[in-house]
Parts: sequence; C-alpha cells; structure tokens
Amino acid sequence: MFVTENAPSMLGKLIAVEGLDGSGKSTQIYLVKKWLEAEGVKVFFTEWNSSVIVKRATSKGKKRFLLTPTTFSLIHATDLADRFERQILPLLQAGYIVLADRYVYTAYVRDVVRGCAPGWVRNLYSFAVRPAITFYFKVPLAVALDRILSNRPDLKYFEAGMDLGLSPDLTESFRLFQGRLYEEYEKLAAEFDFSVVEADRPIESQQEEVRRIIAERINLAAYRWSTRRGGPPVRPRVLAPPAGAREAGGRPAAGLGSGGGV
Amino acid sequence: MATRCYGSPPPGLDPGELQGQLIVIEGADGSGRSTQIRVLREWLEGEGHAVVDFGLRRSTLVSAELSKAKAGNILGHLTRSLFYATDFMDQMENVIVPALRAGFVVLCDRYIYTLMARDVVRGARHDWAESLYSIAIVPDAVFYLRVSPQVLIERTFQKAPTLDYWESGMDLGLAPSMFESFIKYQRLVQREFARMQERYGFRVVDGNRSERAVAYELKRGIGALLDGRAAAAQGGAAG
Repeated sequence: MFVTENAPSMLGKLIAVEGLDGSGKSTQIYLVKKWLEAEGVKVFFTEWNSSVIVKRATSKGKKRFLLTPTTFSLIHATDLADRFERQILPLLQAGYIVLADRYVYTAYVRDVVRGCAPGWVRNLYSFAVRPAITFYFKVPLAVALDRILSNRPDLKYFEAGMDLGLSPDLTESFRLFQGRLYEEYEKLAAEFDFSVVEADRPIESQQEEVRRIIAERINLAAYRWSTRRGGPPVRPRVLAPPAGAREAGGRPAAGLGSGGGV
Repeated sequence: MATRCYGSPPPGLDPGELQGQLIVIEGADGSGRSTQIRVLREWLEGEGHAVVDFGLRRSTLVSAELSKAKAGNILGHLTRSLFYATDFMDQMENVIVPALRAGFVVLCDRYIYTLMARDVVRGARHDWAESLYSIAIVPDAVFYLRVSPQVLIERTFQKAPTLDYWESGMDLGLAPSMFESFIKYQRLVQREFARMQERYGFRVVDGNRSERAVAYELKRGIGALLDGRAAAAQGGAAG
C-alpha cells in the first residue's frame, strides 16, 4: 500500500507522542497504554526504529558509520514503512487505537537538522496516515539534557549527532544537536496541530491532561473489545499524586519501551 | 554539460565537482544488460577509460537484509520499495560519487528507472516516486534495451528453466499462471518505461537483435558521448 488518504475503511485512531529524548514522552505513552488496556480498549503500541526486518541493517549502519543523512533518513523510513504496512495500518483498519512512540515528525525534525530537504522528507513519508492526536512533550532544553546526561551517559555517535561535526566532544555535540532538534519541533508544532504538553511537571499531572484530551477527542467506548461493548463510558479518573515531593521525570517503570533511540 | 541531480542534490553532494561519465543500461532480466555491460567494460578499459560497475541490491548497508527479506516474501510493496531506495542511495553516495569525482566511467546495470517502474506498477504515485529519486544524479546517457516479453522468456529459459517470482510480478496476482503473470507484468513495466522515456530521454535500443548488433549500437553511442566530452574538455582548456 503506497499511499493512503484517510480511507473510510480505517476505523481506528492513531495517537502519536513526540518530543526530545528526556521529555518523558515514553513514560506518558506507556501509562496511556495501561489505562486503555484496563478499560478494555483494543490498543497496539509501536515504537520508533523497531521493525524486525530493518533493524539489523540500521544497527549495522550505525555501528559501522555507514549512514549519511540520506541513507539515515531512508532506512528509518523503511522501518516505519514496514511497521505501517504490516501492523499500524491493518490494526487501524481493524478498529484499534494505535499508540506510536515517535512518528513521522521525529523524521521531519532529525532529517532536516541533518540537511535533507524538508520537501523531500515530507514526500518520503507521505504514505503515513496523519495521527488523530499528536502529543508534543515540551520540556526546556536544559531539563531534557539533564535527564539524559545524568541517567544515560553512554551516548552513541548518531544519537549525539556526531555526524554533523558540531563538536568533537560527544556530550557537547549531544547538547548542540538536541538544541537544533528543539528548534525544529517548535516550528512544526503549529503546522501540525500538536497538542503541546508542558513536560516539566509531575508525571501524574501530565498524564491527567493527556487522558483528558484523549477522552475528549476520541469516543473510546467504541474501541472496546466487542465482549465488553455496552460497558461504562471510558472516563479518565483523576490521578492523585503520591504524598511527598516527587521529582518530575523519574525513571520509567520496568517494561517500558526504550524510547526508540536515534 | 554540467553534472546535476534531477532535483536538489542530497546533503553533502556538490554535483559540479563530478567529472566522470555516468552511463546507464536499463532493461528487464533477459534483455542482455549484464552481457552488454561486460562487453562494454572491456572495450572501455581497452580504450583507456577507468570503469566502475554499479548494480542494484549490492549495497553494503542493506543488500543482505533485502535479499533475505525478498526470499521470505514478507515485504509489503512500500517497504520493498524503500529498501531498494536505501540500497540505491547507499551505492550512489559510496560507489558512484567517488568514482565520478575521480573521473571514472560508471557503468550502471539498471538505475532509478527500473525502481520507479516497479513502484508505479505496484500502485505508487508517479510524483511520489519522482520526488523520492529527485536526489539522484542525472546520467550522461541512458540506453534502454527494449525486448519483447516473449523473447525475454525465451532467453530466461535458456539460462535456467525457472521464472523469477518478482520478475513475474507474482506478488501482484495478475494471472493464475506464472507464465501469464510474467508477460502481463513485463508489459506493465514496459508501459512505464515508454512513459519515462519521453520524460527522461532514454535512447531506446532494440534488444531483440543479436548480442553483436546491440553491442555495436551501444559502443557507437557511448563512443560519441565520450568523444564529445573529450572535445568539450579540450575546447575548455584551450579557451
């Protein structure tokens, strides 16, 4: 399937989360998944850079420094294409809620920062259905950097944007690279109608907002397993933060997706 | 004639600094492409040109995974298309560009046109495929060996008694038998080539003829191209 306009046969809804590494988006989408599952909604989760067929080539490309901005872009597009053709689209057609940790906007941002022509990148990804909701977890750059650099110091070459020659130092390159990605995200937010979530807040507050937005925009009861149809409406319960101070951006729960890397 | 890309070049490439000649031989399996390229290579080297070969599905980056995936029949149309696009660009940047920079003649066994034809026959929009490959370098000459599907089959069976699944378009469900599917599929591809020929200016060569006749025509065409280039270079140097 090369091109999909929003086909009437597509009953499901796609929800994407975007943001810098360290924005907390993966935690949030994981909690959404748990919520929807608990409510008996048909839900599928997919994350960036996870196609079984393509990932070996992507790893090889990264390990052996074989990737240029163009092939970096194309190989990630191939990865999404595979997940899209074989999983995302069929599940949408079957009436699932599909949750995507990173989506085309990650490519729009990363590939353009690497120098690819924006028009070329947009055309490349034109096969991808537009999400019903795209959450952009907006966090001050310094906060995102701090979360990553204090938790995961083992930065990799492409992850740090070293191929751009911003700095010979891995950490400094990472800072500069993320800064550029941040600027690109800001440009896209208005154009693609992102639901901007201020991500420098307790996890529970963010999740409450996210659930509220989802419940407002999508009639979730319609996406329940048929054995559970006719049940109570799916309402986001108010989440009480635990007693005592709680650091924003704490480590995600076990079993969470890795956040897709670069 | 300055080297350029169809659209904007990919990041990091200045087409102006490419000096060699990019020559493409297109055509279906059984059109005689590989044979002709072998002949041409020897001839060109005999004439004192440095030659580099290019072919689809040979990239360091993805050829192994692509071959495996093809064998498993697990690829969707779009995924297969993008795998090939990745393979192509990896080779364009790592094989073609360095060779052209060094002034080599690059002989391409197929180019973007086969890839675009395959995509469109499988449902891709023309403008999508053209935009995708707009970052490709424009060849100095494209020779399209056009062969009737019946002759293609005859030649295919001379090599081995089996038709290739993909070259028969079996993933498209065009016909109940592989033979009929092959004919139908190759006709669809040829129709795309006819359309592209107008748009991109191929030199169509009657590939139904003997190997020698085809080789003669190709050598004449390529010879004129290289002589023209040499004359232009000399004229530039003198002026």
